[in-house]
Amino acid sequence: MIFFKQLLRSPSILIGGVLVLVMLLSALFAAQIAPFDPIAFNTEDRLQNPSWQHLFGTDIYGRDTFSRVLHGARQSLAVAFLSVSIALLVGGVAGSLAGFYRGWVDTIIMRFTDILLAFPAILLAIALLAFAGGGFWNLTLTIAVVYAAPFTRVARASVMRVREEVFVEASQALGNKSSLILLRHVLPNALSPLIIETSLRLAFAILSEASLSYLGLGPQPPAPSWGQMIADGRQLLETSPWISVGPGIAITITVLGFNLLGDGLRDTLDPRLRKA
Amino acid sequence: MISFLLQRLGLALISLFGVMILVFAMVRLVPGDVVTNLIGLDTNITAERREELRRLFGLDLPIQTQFAKWFGGVLQADLGSSLRTERPVLTDLALRFPVTLQLTLFALVIAIIIAVPLGVAAANNRGKWIDTVASSFALLGIAAPSFWIAILCVLFFSLQLRWFPPSGYALFSEDPIGNLKSMFLPSLALGLSLAAATTRIVRSSLLEVLMLDYTRTARAKGLTERAVVYRHAFRNALIPVVTVIGLQIGNLLGGTVIIEQIFGLPGIGRFALEGINLRDYPVVQGAVLVVAAGFVLVNVLVDVLYALIDPRVRFA
Repeated sequence: MIFFKQLLRSPSILIGGVLVLVMLLSALFAAQIAPFDPIAFNTEDRLQNPSWQHLFGTDIYGRDTFSRVLHGARQSLAVAFLSVSIALLVGGVAGSLAGFYRGWVDTIIMRFTDILLAFPAILLAIALLAFAGGGFWNLTLTIAVVYAAPFTRVARASVMRVREEVFVEASQALGNKSSLILLRHVLPNALSPLIIETSLRLAFAILSEASLSYLGLGPQPPAPSWGQMIADGRQLLETSPWISVGPGIAITITVLGFNLLGDGLRDTLDPRLRKA
Repeated sequence: MISFLLQRLGLALISLFGVMILVFAMVRLVPGDVVTNLIGLDTNITAERREELRRLFGLDLPIQTQFAKWFGGVLQADLGSSLRTERPVLTDLALRFPVTLQLTLFALVIAIIIAVPLGVAAANNRGKWIDTVASSFALLGIAAPSFWIAILCVLFFSLQLRWFPPSGYALFSEDPIGNLKSMFLPSLALGLSLAAATTRIVRSSLLEVLMLDYTRTARAKGLTERAVVYRHAFRNALIPVVTVIGLQIGNLLGGTVIIEQIFGLPGIGRFALEGINLRDYPVVQGAVLVVAAGFVLVNVLVDVLYALIDPRVRFA
């Protein structure tokens, strides 16, 4: 309880948490909140300017941009949460093994990670997707592959630090098996950097999802996705800028939320890293 | 210093070799075939002709032989020829490289011009309005996707004010002013997110240094505030700044792919994108290799810069 009170005392966590919560709720209840159908054409209301009825105006098929932004939140958040969870799992396991056992396991895992990190991430993702084809699961898996490498690094560094602690030595002296030491003593104490990284990576994942669906590598239309909507609005910028501006605001708010949350968590969980 | 440099270069080369294997395997192992793509839906093409094309492109050879051929070529500065246009990949890359380089450098310069004064001003006036402005700019700039910033820039600077063209490209040698005009918005869009990240790190890093003893000493001996900040504190605050800029160069290079697409700039990113869409193996391999080499090289440069800024690094 004290821990939670401490968390809530940080303004970053509070504001970031609220922003993320708002986006999560809009994603979950998009069908209930959205005033209009996000997919059905309504040619009488084409390309309307923002009004009380259509907050962000309408697109070329007369679909309400605000409703589409709400439904787009589902796609973006689902891809972000799934891909980061997979990356955390893969990177966390690989990094812990590398950091705990060192030796050749470490060398192989880290060389591979270095190669993945020597790539500009977006190019790697575009190439993977262009060959594998777009769509929800390919997009999710691609972002997971790209983000597994940084998680591996963070997990390794953290586990290596905890491994030198006296309580690990004590457990070794008691004759415990190394797998038990890793799971029971090292991992629980090495979690903070991973939690922080998860929050910051969620922000990156939202941005990557948007970039890739901007390039047409996301889910196939008519399902709304933020990046795709911005791309659609590109041609109509002069007459109906809100088609592009609206989803961009949603992306910015979501990313801001996760970033603030990550910063706040860093300050609270790891005071040594605290920056002025 | 020389052994330090050689060691970093050696590691960089190992990484690049890994990148080559990875790209090579990736373009071949993922489904989709260049021959099918080239001939499209033309049903008149017989199976024999297909096989002939595959042989012509060397796609019938075992994969390790294909890799050895490509690797041997790369060592002699031969990246092969596009399967579609049959032009040497290196010729096209040489044409497009300057565009991407110019875009990246301009973005970097814009980022530094914005970030350093803003970050320093924020650190010097902690808690005042300028600090709030800088911090808000940093938070928003990091959160907003660069391609969306690009669209906002087009909306404001080209469609409203009509200062810059919304897309297109002019060669510097033919139309220098047109070139600068066509490169400004893309560089600004790309540079703003880097500026945001850099502002933040300049501020926090300088704040940390300003609290140290030697800063107090410099003040105590009566130096002007300017000399304290720029001569004593700033240099010591630079290490994290250089790290962040170095790390962000990767994002910058990646960002050029989308920015070039939005503004219709004929750079390497768009070249790679076209190659990927057509499954033009040599083009994709060449473009990715050049971008990755640039990225790896920047990382080596960042290491060298550390050593120049902080003599302790050299002997560590």
